[in-house]
Amino acid sequence: MTRTKASGRSIRNLSALVLAAAVVTGAAACAGTSAEPAAGTSAPDASASATATTAPAGTITVFAAASLKATFTKLGTDFEAANPGTTVTFSFAGSSDLVTQITGGAPADVFASADTKNMTKLTAATLVSGTPVDFATNILEIATPPGNPAGVKSFQDLANPDITTVICAPAVPCGAATVTVEQATGVTIPAVSEESAVTDVLGKVSSGEADAGLVYATDVQGAGSTVEGVPFAESSAAVNTYPIAALSATKSPGLAQAFIDYVTGADGQAVLTTAGFGKP
Amino acid sequence: MPRIAPSGPGSVPRWVLAIAIIGALFVVLPLVAMVVRVNWGEFIPLITSESSVDALLLSLRTSAAATALCIVFGVPMALVLARTSFPGQRIARSLVLLPLVLPPVVGGIALLYTFGRQGLLREPMNVLGIQIAFSTTAVILAQTFVALPFLVLSLEGALRTVGTRYEAVAATLGAGPTTVLRRITLPLVLPALVSGSVLSFARALGEFGATLTFAGSLQGVTRTLPLEIYLQRETDPDTAVALALVLVAVAVLVVGLAHQAGSRTRAGGGLL
Amino acid sequence: MSFSFSATVARRGFDVSFELAEGETLAVLGPNGSGKSTLLNLIAGLLTPDAGEAVLGGETLFRGRVFTPPHARGISLLAQEALLFPHLSVLNNVAFGPTSAGVKRADALRTARRWLAEVDASEFETRRPAQLSGGQTQRIAVARALAAEPRLLLLDEPMAALDVAVAPAIRRMLRRVLEKRTAIIVTHDVLDAFTLADRVIVIDRGHVVEDGPTRSVLEQPRDPFTAGIAGLNVLAGIRTAGGMRTAAGDELQLPGPADVTPGTACTAAIRPSGIRISGERPAGAANSLRRVVRDLEPRGDLVRLGSDDLAADVAPALVADLDVTPGSSVWFSFEPADATLYATAR
Repeated sequence: MTRTKASGRSIRNLSALVLAAAVVTGAAACAGTSAEPAAGTSAPDASASATATTAPAGTITVFAAASLKATFTKLGTDFEAANPGTTVTFSFAGSSDLVTQITGGAPADVFASADTKNMTKLTAATLVSGTPVDFATNILEIATPPGNPAGVKSFQDLANPDITTVICAPAVPCGAATVTVEQATGVTIPAVSEESAVTDVLGKVSSGEADAGLVYATDVQGAGSTVEGVPFAESSAAVNTYPIAALSATKSPGLAQAFIDYVTGADGQAVLTTAGFGKP
Repeated sequence: MPRIAPSGPGSVPRWVLAIAIIGALFVVLPLVAMVVRVNWGEFIPLITSESSVDALLLSLRTSAAATALCIVFGVPMALVLARTSFPGQRIARSLVLLPLVLPPVVGGIALLYTFGRQGLLREPMNVLGIQIAFSTTAVILAQTFVALPFLVLSLEGALRTVGTRYEAVAATLGAGPTTVLRRITLPLVLPALVSGSVLSFARALGEFGATLTFAGSLQGVTRTLPLEIYLQRETDPDTAVALALVLVAVAVLVVGLAHQAGSRTRAGGGLL
Repeated sequence: MSFSFSATVARRGFDVSFELAEGETLAVLGPNGSGKSTLLNLIAGLLTPDAGEAVLGGETLFRGRVFTPPHARGISLLAQEALLFPHLSVLNNVAFGPTSAGVKRADALRTARRWLAEVDASEFETRRPAQLSGGQTQRIAVARALAAEPRLLLLDEPMAALDVAVAPAIRRMLRRVLEKRTAIIVTHDVLDAFTLADRVIVIDRGHVVEDGPTRSVLEQPRDPFTAGIAGLNVLAGIRTAGGMRTAAGDELQLPGPADVTPGTACTAAIRPSGIRISGERPAGAANSLRRVVRDLEPRGDLVRLGSDDLAADVAPALVADLDVTPGSSVWFSFEPADATLYATAR
């Protein structure tokens, strides 16, 4: 599990928070009095005062699936910049681990899951406030070592036992998706290894031990030049949907909702698309 | 031999006892917590599922093979370190013991760069037609890599403790170096050899990081018990904790048996 | 099996040579750190000399680049500690030498039993070394060393670690088994040398300072260490017509052998038990020397009074009567019969 602060300078954040609080209370106490001098020290004046009145300032903690680490870290920074006085803290881990932690009372405000199954566990336990919203999709893609030495062109190629293919174990989400695609296409992959995590699949491919691996499109994107992606049409048989929801235990429901709106909004979607995610 | 300290329980200051108890609880409580979490109603079906049995058998098989390799290579290594002196010996010892402090994942990466398809030995291995990646052999290599220092370390220590006086006497009685090794040196350090082998076996049994990185994870081929536990944890915590308990039980059993064997040879040998 | 030895080890200041005839037992005496252990290790092959040569029964043990490893030398080493192999039974310990030499197991066991009987230890054959007393282990160590049929037997203070009570029995046993055997025994105990050895060499600081038949070396020592170990006082001086004049200028009345002519360097050895102590100069004593007592040391039922060059063993009652303390000045007297005079150069 990794815990990251979207913005590293906590002392600066704290002072910004105090300022923002002063703006809000000041605005409430003496309406009509200009808050300009106080707010003037932070970012663009217009947006600052605008958000300060719509979104409450404060800190929220977002529990997000490990596959969202890169995108959500960026989204958090962007969100903080757009909403001065707010701080978004992240905890990234496997979705099922996060569900275990939330059920165990971990202080989370928002949960972004890599699949609907884990989100359903939380809704069933009535730990979710409102209805989860789907904000992204992800599909499988073939990853090959740079240069694609085995010449993998299609999903059918993976049935060739001469092509060393590594996949995820059926017990983990990417492996479940792999099984779904295999069943839909009737192609059986004689995998040499069924890994427990996407990173292990990528590791075997990027090191050249395996000729091909089945991972998510976003993983191929995130791995940069260490692997090459081979998209395939059959991946549509298993589209993985990412839902996000505020949790009922949150003490900042307004800020939590603001963050969810940001993720599902135009800015958030643009960042997700760049990272290889599909539209919900 | 069940003996209490000769001077009775009062021979240790109370505060030492108190801290020792806290330390012991720190080790024992997590085990208790695990036992408490086991779904006993489903325990037998959980641990006798095909994948669980495959993982357990694979673990026992590979750990035994790794221990055998540790003995074959570790005994000569310990002898050379304890009984000879050569330039750079201290550095050689540090390097040999490195896997003890190396994170297993790093060990796995290092093995990959050595025996992998793109590794250092790819040319000779291609010529010989050896494919190690994703095979049970890879698991055994990973386990041997992390377990070898345990055997070398305990054996070297014992060799130094025993000293060379018995060996010198044996030589003056007409025994050649190989006879001395077979009839004097090895019997004298047998308890250490047994306990070192047990440590190696236990370490091999628990090996996870290097295997995951180097060997992959396929049922019956490379997915050992720790890898199965790690995988089951994702979806089926009940199976994971049940298997974890099996792993602990096997480890305790092996260590206990070896301890028995060790104390028997000790009693017989009257040494150490 | 005659043996000749000559070796130097520069870093230990060791330079020793001697010869040993077939069937001869040699005692090596010397203070701690004099090089006795170095000598045994060189002979056994546990140490390599810088230079030298050793030949045992016509076979070279070392010379130049030639070096016979310990197991091929046919030399058994019996150390101060028995060092019985703890994991083997007594019988298997004794049979170790023969089996290592490739003797068939049944024959090796027969040899082992014979040697156990020889050292009166047959009853222990099934025991483990941990179940034996010190004297018993040393007997078995002797049997083990002899069962290997060594051409040369080395004994390194074999009785030093034993109770005084068991040492005499072991010494008798060694005397029996060492007869007609080529052996070298390192010892601190002059009694060992007298009982077991035909010849003695004394080593000091890595060099041989005395070499000769046991009796002549121990009864007429020229080296202070030898005198000390032999329990004798030695006074060096010049031969006079009636005796000798010591370096300190004392005139002694001593008969001497005819070949020690007046004016030549000579040495007198005086037994401490032959020296009388008195407060006044005794009338009628042949030789009386006034000395300051430096120390008093209990020795059995006697007390040894030490001066700078003379020591005397006297009854405690006399010490009390004369009120002798360190610093007291008393007379040391002895009769010619308690002293031996001999030429210093031998």
